[in-house]
Amino acid sequence: MAKQTISIDPITRIEGHLKIEVDVDNGKVIDARSIGTLFRGFETILKGRDPRDAQMITQRICGVCPISHGIAATLNLDSAFNVTPPSNGRIVRNLILSGNYLQSHILHFYHLAALDFVTGPDVAPFVPRYKGDYLLPKKVNDAAVEHYIQALAMRMKAHELTALWSGKVPMAQSITPGGVSQKVSVDRIASTLWRIRELKEFIKNVYIPDVLAIADVYKDYGNVGIGYKNFLSFGVFAEDDAQTEFLFKPGRYTADLDLDVNSQKITEDVEFSWYKKEIGRKHPSEGQTDPDMHKENAYSWVKAPRYDGIPHEVGPLARMWINGDYRKGASLLDRHAARALETLKVAEAMEKWVLQLKPGEPVFTPFEIPANAQGMGLTEAPRGALGHWIKIENKKIANYQAVVPSTWNLSPKDEDFQRGPVEEALIGCPVPDADNPINVARIVRSFDPCLACAVHLTKPNGEIKKFRVC
Amino acid sequence: MKLTRRQFLKIFGASAVGAGITSLYNPGLIEALAADDGKPPVIWIQGSGCNGCSVSLLNTVHPKISEVLLQIISLRYHPTVMAGTGKTAFDVIYEVAEEFKGKYIVVLEGGIPTAEEGGYCTVGEHNGHHVKLTDLIDFLAPNAAALVAVGTCATFGGIPKGKPNPTGVKGFAEYTGKTVVNVSGCPAHPDWIVGTLVHVLLFGMPELDKHNRPKLFYGKNLHDNCPNYSYFANGKFAEKLSDDGCLINIGCKGPMAYADCPLRHWNSGVNWCIGSGTGCIACTEPNFPDAASPMYAKLPEDMIPNRIV
Repeated sequence: MAKQTISIDPITRIEGHLKIEVDVDNGKVIDARSIGTLFRGFETILKGRDPRDAQMITQRICGVCPISHGIAATLNLDSAFNVTPPSNGRIVRNLILSGNYLQSHILHFYHLAALDFVTGPDVAPFVPRYKGDYLLPKKVNDAAVEHYIQALAMRMKAHELTALWSGKVPMAQSITPGGVSQKVSVDRIASTLWRIRELKEFIKNVYIPDVLAIADVYKDYGNVGIGYKNFLSFGVFAEDDAQTEFLFKPGRYTADLDLDVNSQKITEDVEFSWYKKEIGRKHPSEGQTDPDMHKENAYSWVKAPRYDGIPHEVGPLARMWINGDYRKGASLLDRHAARALETLKVAEAMEKWVLQLKPGEPVFTPFEIPANAQGMGLTEAPRGALGHWIKIENKKIANYQAVVPSTWNLSPKDEDFQRGPVEEALIGCPVPDADNPINVARIVRSFDPCLACAVHLTKPNGEIKKFRVC
Repeated sequence: MKLTRRQFLKIFGASAVGAGITSLYNPGLIEALAADDGKPPVIWIQGSGCNGCSVSLLNTVHPKISEVLLQIISLRYHPTVMAGTGKTAFDVIYEVAEEFKGKYIVVLEGGIPTAEEGGYCTVGEHNGHHVKLTDLIDFLAPNAAALVAVGTCATFGGIPKGKPNPTGVKGFAEYTGKTVVNVSGCPAHPDWIVGTLVHVLLFGMPELDKHNRPKLFYGKNLHDNCPNYSYFANGKFAEKLSDDGCLINIGCKGPMAYADCPLRHWNSGVNWCIGSGTGCIACTEPNFPDAASPMYAKLPEDMIPNRIV
C-alpha cells in the first residue's frame, strides 16, 4: 500500500468532537495528528462571575464526567477560600466522584469501546460498522451483547447512588466549597451500600471477565498502542481530613522511574496549537490563550501540557501503574484491563467509605469569599489528571484555567517535536485496510477521550480573534 | 411497542385528530413516522454541548434505554452511541436524508455556534470537506418531519451562550426560524426526552408552553410545587448550605423555574437538586445561566413571590 493520509472524522463513541489524521506507509501508521473540532470558550464565560458559580459552570464542560470538574472546582475554591470540609463532607465527595467513576468506566467499556471488538445486532445504531477482524467466538460475542444491555442498567444504578448524594446526575448540585450540602442519613447509607454491592458483583463476575475474554482472543494486540509509557497522576479520593493520604496517590512514572509530582513543573506548550507563539511554555495558572489560526504548522486547538517538558499519559492505566496495582503492559488492551481492575478497587473502597459516614454530623464548613485570592484544585477524572486554577479579584473570577485529561493525552506535538501520548501510541498501528482503520479507532478509544474538555480558551480582553477550525 | 406501519398509522392518525395536530408539523409527518418499519428514523446531532443530555437519556427507567433504541425509534445517527466511525458513520446522515426525505426527525443536542461563519464547530467530513454544524443543519432542517431540541443549549443556547457568548451560540429555533419542540434542562430529564418522543409518536403533539416546551413537564412553577414551600410560607429559611428550611436566601431560583422536578425527582426518583440541600438554578429556562447567576445569591426581592401569611 502506498503512503497515504487517512482522516477519521468524526471519531464516534467518545465525548466531544475529535478528528484523527494518520499517515500510513506499508500498512502501518508512521505519523498521527489529533484535532479537536469544537471550541466553546468556557474560561471566557467564567470571567467576571461569582467564584462559587465555578463548580456549577465547569461541570457543564463535560456531561460524562461533570463530577470531576465539580470536584476540581471545589478543591480549587477550598484552597482559594482557605476552607476544609468536615469528614462527612470529604467522604460524601468521595462517594459522588467514585459513583461516577463506576458509571463512566462501565459506560466506556461496554457502550463506547466494546463495539470495536463485539458485533451487535444488525440494526441501527449497531450498523453500519467498520469491516475488520471481529474475532470473538459467537458464544462470547452473544454474551457480550447481552452484557451491553445489562451494563446499561448497571451504569444507571451507579448514577443512582451518585445522585443519592449529589441531588442528580449528570450535573451534581450538592458539591460546594467547604464540603457538600447533602446531609447524611441512614437510609441513604443503606441505599448506597446495597447498590455498591450489586455493582461490585457485576464488575467481578461480568465486566472483568469480559475484558479478559477480549484480551485473550486479541492477544496479538498485546503490543499495539503502547505509547511513551510515561504516566502522571494528581492523586484522588482523600482518605484523611487533612487530604494527605489518597486511594490513588499522586505521582509519576517517567523513563522507567517512580517519581514525585510538583505541580509547578507543569507547563503548556503551544508550538503546534493555534495560539500565539510568544506565550510559549507557561504554568497553567499564568495561562492566557491568544488564538492565531494562521500560525504556520499549527494543527490543533488542544495545547500540549508537559511535565518537566516531557509528555505523560494520564488515566486509569497511569493511576494503577503509579500505585503498583497494574504493571503488566501499556498496550490498548492493558488500558482496558487497568480500567476494569480499577473499577473494582474503587467499588471496594466505596463500600468502606459509606460505612465511615456519621449521620447527623456536619457535612459543610462555612466560608467567606476573599476579595483577592488564588487557588488550585488537582484531582483525577475517570480519564485522568485534572487541574483547575483560579484568580479572584474583587470577589469575582479574574482568570480561570483548566488543564484536563484529554489535553494531556490528545495533545499535539510540542516545541521539541515530541508527539502527544495518543499520537505516539498510534505509531506502528497496523492499518491493513485504509477504508476501515479500525485499529486506529481502537487505540484512540482505549484512552477514553473527552474532547469537550480538551479545547478551551481565554483571552485577557475577552475578545476572540478571527480564526477557523480545521 | 414496535408497531406495524398499519397499526402505527391507525393509532397516530386517530390521535392526531384528537390532539388537533395541524400546523406545527408538516403534513407528511404521520406518514413519515411510519417510515422505517414503524420506527421513525432519528438523526441525533451534537453541537456546542457536553453530551450530558445523551447521558441523561441513558437513565430512562421505563421504557429502558435499550427499549427506546431497539423498539421505539430507529436511531440512525448518534455520535456517542453508534457503532460506525468516521466516514462509515457520517455518510449515514446523507443516506437517511435522501431515503427518508421529509420523513426523518432531527434531534439537536448542544447549541449552534454562529460566529466566524459557524467555524467554531465542525461535525465531520463529507466528500473530502469539513462540515460545519451550521452547514449540516441548513442541509437537514428543510426536509425534516420534525425538529426536536434536547437540553437548554439546543433550545435556548444555554451555557455556551453565557455572557459574553464568545462563539455566537443560538438555539435551534432561533437559528432555523422553524418550529422546534423544545425539551430544555441542563441536562434534560430522561422522562422529558422520552415522554416527548412517545407523546409525539403515539398521541400526537403535546400541548406546548410559550417556549414551545411540553406543558406536561414544564407547565408548573417549581417554587409553587416545592416540598419546602411550607418552610417558605412559615418563614423558616436556611441561612447556610445544609441548614433546614426554604433555600431562597441562599440562592434558590425556584420561583423562576418551570419544571416538574419537585414531583418527578431524578435518577430513578432517588433525589433532586433541592432535595440535596442546594437551590434550584433554573436550568430549564431561557437565559440560563446568566439569569440564574450568581447562583448562590438571593433573587432580587421583586422576583420572590409574596408569602401568604
